[in-house]
Amino acid sequence: MLSKQQAKIFFLVGTFVTFAIFIGLTIYSLDQVQTKIPADVAHGKQIWEKNNCMGCHTIMGEGAYYAPELTNVIKRRGPDFVRAVLMSKSPWQPHGRKMVAYGMSKADADDMIAFFKWIGNLNLNGFEKVDRTISPLAKNHMKQNNN
Amino acid sequence: MKYKTQKVAYWFWALSMLLLTIQLTYGFIMGFARLGYDGLHQWIPFNTAHTVHLNTLVVWLLSGFMGAAYYIIPEESETELWKPKLAYVQLIALTLVGVAALAGFHFNIWEGRKFLEIPRELDWLVAIDVILFLVILLMTILKGKKKSTTVWVLFGGLTSAALLYLPGMITFDSQVLDSFFRWWVVHLWVEGVWELIMGGILAFLLIKLTGVDREVIEKWLYVVIGLTFLSGILGTGHHYYYIGVNKIWLIVGGIFSALEPLAFLAMTLWALNMYRKGEKKHPNKMAVYWTLGAAIVSFLGAGVLGLAHTLPQTNLYTHGTLVTAMHGHLAFWGAYAMIVLAIITYALPNLTGRKLYNHARGRLAFWLSNVGMLIMVSAFAAAGVAQVYMERILGYGFGEVQNEIAVHFWVLIIGATILSTGIILFIIDFVKYGLPNDEALEA
Repeated sequence: MLSKQQAKIFFLVGTFVTFAIFIGLTIYSLDQVQTKIPADVAHGKQIWEKNNCMGCHTIMGEGAYYAPELTNVIKRRGPDFVRAVLMSKSPWQPHGRKMVAYGMSKADADDMIAFFKWIGNLNLNGFEKVDRTISPLAKNHMKQNNN
Repeated sequence: MKYKTQKVAYWFWALSMLLLTIQLTYGFIMGFARLGYDGLHQWIPFNTAHTVHLNTLVVWLLSGFMGAAYYIIPEESETELWKPKLAYVQLIALTLVGVAALAGFHFNIWEGRKFLEIPRELDWLVAIDVILFLVILLMTILKGKKKSTTVWVLFGGLTSAALLYLPGMITFDSQVLDSFFRWWVVHLWVEGVWELIMGGILAFLLIKLTGVDREVIEKWLYVVIGLTFLSGILGTGHHYYYIGVNKIWLIVGGIFSALEPLAFLAMTLWALNMYRKGEKKHPNKMAVYWTLGAAIVSFLGAGVLGLAHTLPQTNLYTHGTLVTAMHGHLAFWGAYAMIVLAIITYALPNLTGRKLYNHARGRLAFWLSNVGMLIMVSAFAAAGVAQVYMERILGYGFGEVQNEIAVHFWVLIIGATILSTGIILFIIDFVKYGLPNDEALEA
């Protein structure tokens, strides 16, 4: 039967070994991550955080699930549309859900677009394709709507 | 109570109850906003409500853990708390930081990083507050007559939680790195060191409620927290599947996330077996309910519902949908909210001398809050699965899908109302009968 001392060793050794592997994998992973970020992208990220966009939207699947996923927003809606939304001074209410009217300057909106483009070009192990998956059923639905 | 200074705990729990009330209120604001009833949008837009909802959760649980530590450590160490006045200073400082943070969220003063929205300046004050808390605990332990495993596990969990707050304070230009280290805080807290804190509190409660030999309970405590770290540390990988780091996390995260329910299963079996084995049937039935409830519901919420969507093949579709909210709600409720409510329910009769052990309001509070939470989780599950199918498989737009699944948000609000009724009943008992009384001091 397991003794308390053996259980303690199991806890300490297990924790040490898994933590060491975790640190090793972290170093290995981060070695391959781009660390030099263009200034406009970095500024776009700052605006993203200052306005707590993640408090409604999701990006790379992380956020509040209240407003759309924005990983592919530039590919999906195009930069002009995104710029217009960010610069709009009047409230925006797609499908009944209100978005704060940020009334950003063009320079800030462009930096946000640079940030979204940078995110949209990342290799996300398949997730980047998910919100663009169109099933045969949806294609039929769209065809019927177009007719 | 055995030591006069244990009553400090009550005031930390009072802060918890206040923050829990705010958390529920802002939860309702969010629930109604999802249905289009967002008349408060001008003053409290969704992102403010969301940030308040999450941060009040984190702080009320931390305050609950602090109260638990102030109650448990003097009793386990067989000594009065070291400099109890400093504990009150620490509570006031924590309250002021909390109030400043919550007020700031309404004026866009935040960091905009989920769960870590408290602005950097206040982060430093939190760090100082937590250091003071840990010093008080350590000095108490060192001057104590006894140094138990339960105390060291609890103290270890609290110290590790403080250390893990630091990676969240590093600034990155890259969203990938930001996200990577944000999970060092959030995941390694909730699926790592917070489980140590939970394990410590659970061990204390099992020792007190079942009468099973301390050595047996603490032996299994080591096994449970060993399994927690064995699976939970590398289980962090399930947050790294789709954030722009390499594929190795799909394998590592997938395997170790699949093992994570084992730690919670072990915790459930441990609690149930100790209760079954126990010869002493403690009269505080409500404390037994909350304690065993925490062990069972944490397995369902964190273990089973976590496993339901952490395998990479599933998570590819469920990631970033309401399925995550389903898991998050039951996991936080079962593992952490219930264990805080358990220690409060156990401690209050001892702090006051009022033997409110198995009264109707207490039973109603337990059942209503749990049934309400299960209804909420079912609503999130139905909404989440429908969202995944319509949005990610059929390819419909986000807004269209949200309108289609609106009915589930009504169910969510019904569940939240039942949950809140239970919590209000709990708080009524807390306020009406909970104030510590020096006459309750055991001779």
